[in-house]
Amino acid sequence: MVSFELSEEQAMVKETIASFATDQMEPLMRESDEKGEISEEIIKKGWELEIISSNIPEEYGGFGESPSALTGVIAYEELAHGDLSAAMHLVSPTVAAYSTLLYGTEEQKKEFLPAFCGEEFKPSGAALLEPRHSFCPSAMTTVAVRDGNEYVLTGQKCLVPLAKESDDIIIFATTDPGAGFAGVEAFMVPTGAENLSISEREKNMGLKALATYEVSLNGVRVPLDRKIGGERGIDFLNLVSRSRLALAAMAVGLMRRAAEHSRDYAKERVAFGEPIGSRQAIAFMIAEMFIETDATRMLVWEAAWKCDRGEEFSKEAAIAKYYAAEKAMKICDGAVQVMGGHGYVRDNPPELWFRNARAFAMLEGMAMV
Amino acid sequence: MIDFELSPKIKQTQKMLRMFAEQALRPIARHFDENEHEKPEDLLKMVHSFMKGGLGGSLSGGKSKEEEKGGEKKKSERNLATAVTVEEIFWGDAGIALAFPGPGLGGAAVQATGTPEQKERFLARFQGEKPVWGAMAITEPEAGSDTANIRTTAVKDGNEWVLNGEKIFVTAGKSALEDSEGFVVVWATVDPKAGRAGIKPFIVEHGTPGMKITKIEDKMGIRCSDTVSISFMDCRIPEDNILGSPEVIDTTKTKGFKGVMATFDATRPLVAAMAIGVGRAALDFLKDTLASEDFQVRYPISPNRMTAIERDIIEMEANLKAARLLTWRAVWMLDNGQRNSLEASMAKAKAGLAVTQITQKCVELMGPLGYSRKYLLEKWMRDAKINDIFEGTGQIQMLITARNVLGFGRDKLK
Repeated sequence: MVSFELSEEQAMVKETIASFATDQMEPLMRESDEKGEISEEIIKKGWELEIISSNIPEEYGGFGESPSALTGVIAYEELAHGDLSAAMHLVSPTVAAYSTLLYGTEEQKKEFLPAFCGEEFKPSGAALLEPRHSFCPSAMTTVAVRDGNEYVLTGQKCLVPLAKESDDIIIFATTDPGAGFAGVEAFMVPTGAENLSISEREKNMGLKALATYEVSLNGVRVPLDRKIGGERGIDFLNLVSRSRLALAAMAVGLMRRAAEHSRDYAKERVAFGEPIGSRQAIAFMIAEMFIETDATRMLVWEAAWKCDRGEEFSKEAAIAKYYAAEKAMKICDGAVQVMGGHGYVRDNPPELWFRNARAFAMLEGMAMV
Repeated sequence: MIDFELSPKIKQTQKMLRMFAEQALRPIARHFDENEHEKPEDLLKMVHSFMKGGLGGSLSGGKSKEEEKGGEKKKSERNLATAVTVEEIFWGDAGIALAFPGPGLGGAAVQATGTPEQKERFLARFQGEKPVWGAMAITEPEAGSDTANIRTTAVKDGNEWVLNGEKIFVTAGKSALEDSEGFVVVWATVDPKAGRAGIKPFIVEHGTPGMKITKIEDKMGIRCSDTVSISFMDCRIPEDNILGSPEVIDTTKTKGFKGVMATFDATRPLVAAMAIGVGRAALDFLKDTLASEDFQVRYPISPNRMTAIERDIIEMEANLKAARLLTWRAVWMLDNGQRNSLEASMAKAKAGLAVTQITQKCVELMGPLGYSRKYLLEKWMRDAKINDIFEGTGQIQMLITARNVLGFGRDKLK
């Protein structure tokens, strides 16, 4: 029966994260962006929200069941409403954790998962994107070639979050370059592995507080037991789709914040003797921001709902992420525009949101639900 | 719990209506587009005897008797079921669907503002043997969305109200007043100085002396549905044909107008559902044609590797589904006794614009086939445009949404 009501648990998750995001993440957003780092305090307190461990079963160190995509998108929207860079930092380990939980062998789950349920933040990131304009997860050029009891990984990855800070990162590579999504497998690789090199911090337009790196794989030898899922492997399209939901949900959080900021400013700022929100040119922009934020959230929720029911949801997730990326950019552009020159200067948040928003169109695999 | 699964009962209805739309409406859609002012009489009779106020009744939106009992907020699926129904029928044909018998917007106004006696007196007829229509007259030559500017007057004379003025763009006005024993709800002012507070709804029965249909419009689309002008010259109606209180409560406030607004909260999502039905028809046609040529949309690939047509289709699908989900949310709130003015206007704003664009884009993408009257696509593009106009234009929906979001009244955001 159709319902738009959050479960009690979801409402609690939403409320808890929302107050953390508003009271603690957002006040540090500008400083983090300028410094290029997330404060230790935020990482510590963010980890205490137990977003990952609450989705990992007891036998592997956590206290939950398998991750609910719906609860995940509700949580991620709130995190990104506070600060997108910090949100991505906090949930970056989800890719390694959930890939293992969903597709790993029993041994892999026992070996890798407890670390994600500890008291301290466990850094890990996904090496998925590659530095090419035509990059697509279904057309990877990083290859994994079987050689006896090992796979040999060769290729170039970029935008790998927390690579240098992590003991292990999860690397996606194709074992069958012609096979599209079906050919891609995941490998849990120690960052100290031979022939694996990590670049200096990447310098990007936005998400400046999030540490990302290029990772070069020049014949990195990975033992069989580090291939997630063993012989059976992973369902890469499912994982990509879960990551798209995570990204789309974060885009909703960002656009909601930008819309609220524009609304508040338009009510206060007076021009020609009236608040600028009294003019339809501004008022209609703001109405559209709120309509499209809700519209995007509906698409994200519906795709996440399908995911939780175990139905095929890759199409819905792709559509939601595509739409979210477009609307996040449009709304954050509007948030700058509503403030005029004040939106362009770094004293105010819209220019930061504007730079962050552009990331969604190209990002893949930064987090998962 | 968030859930997007329709209940088995609604699904069953949906399935049945889809078949009806495909088999009964699609084959005659072109005929009743090319032969404006003609109606599929037999079909309408059949629809009436089959639905007997069921569909028509539900089309009027608002609350049912059971829901109002006891004051307890009862959960129902009534408005959701109506939204699903409307989408299916309008997928079949918007013009014929708008010509379906039933209480329509006039009935919605009675539901929203009438006393129990009035509801009984005016709505019972829709359960009778013959098809009956209800209509609503708000717009005037000088006042459309600017309802405060309504100039039709109602003056009390003894135990009667005397109406004078002219109404235009009355949907199903002819069906209600000339083709059946229906009525029209006329919005008129009892105190021209009182602005919106003075505007009240009055029921004018078919055949009332002093009321005359003066024009039947020729239109771009929805041609099977009649749209008329009505003039009132010393038109006398009984005093208890006013819906709600005749008192002008407070001229500085707009309380007297609450009835219209309550009506719109229920009907706007349904207009959104109408739009979505037409939009889905166009998008289905485009996708079916492409599929027959082995064209497949590669949804999960990176957008920067997609063709322009793939991007167009993904965008249309996203917009259509987002509009539908916003609509479902608005009716779900209504079904659960929540105030939904903001969500209702959001849904209509999104749906009206999205579907206007979707139908136009589909015609573009179909090339010469899109422009040809051999197919219904060009008709859907003409039909769809009305959804961005009636029950408040897209711009009015944006205005209402903006006022709600900013917390500005009409004085602060004009």
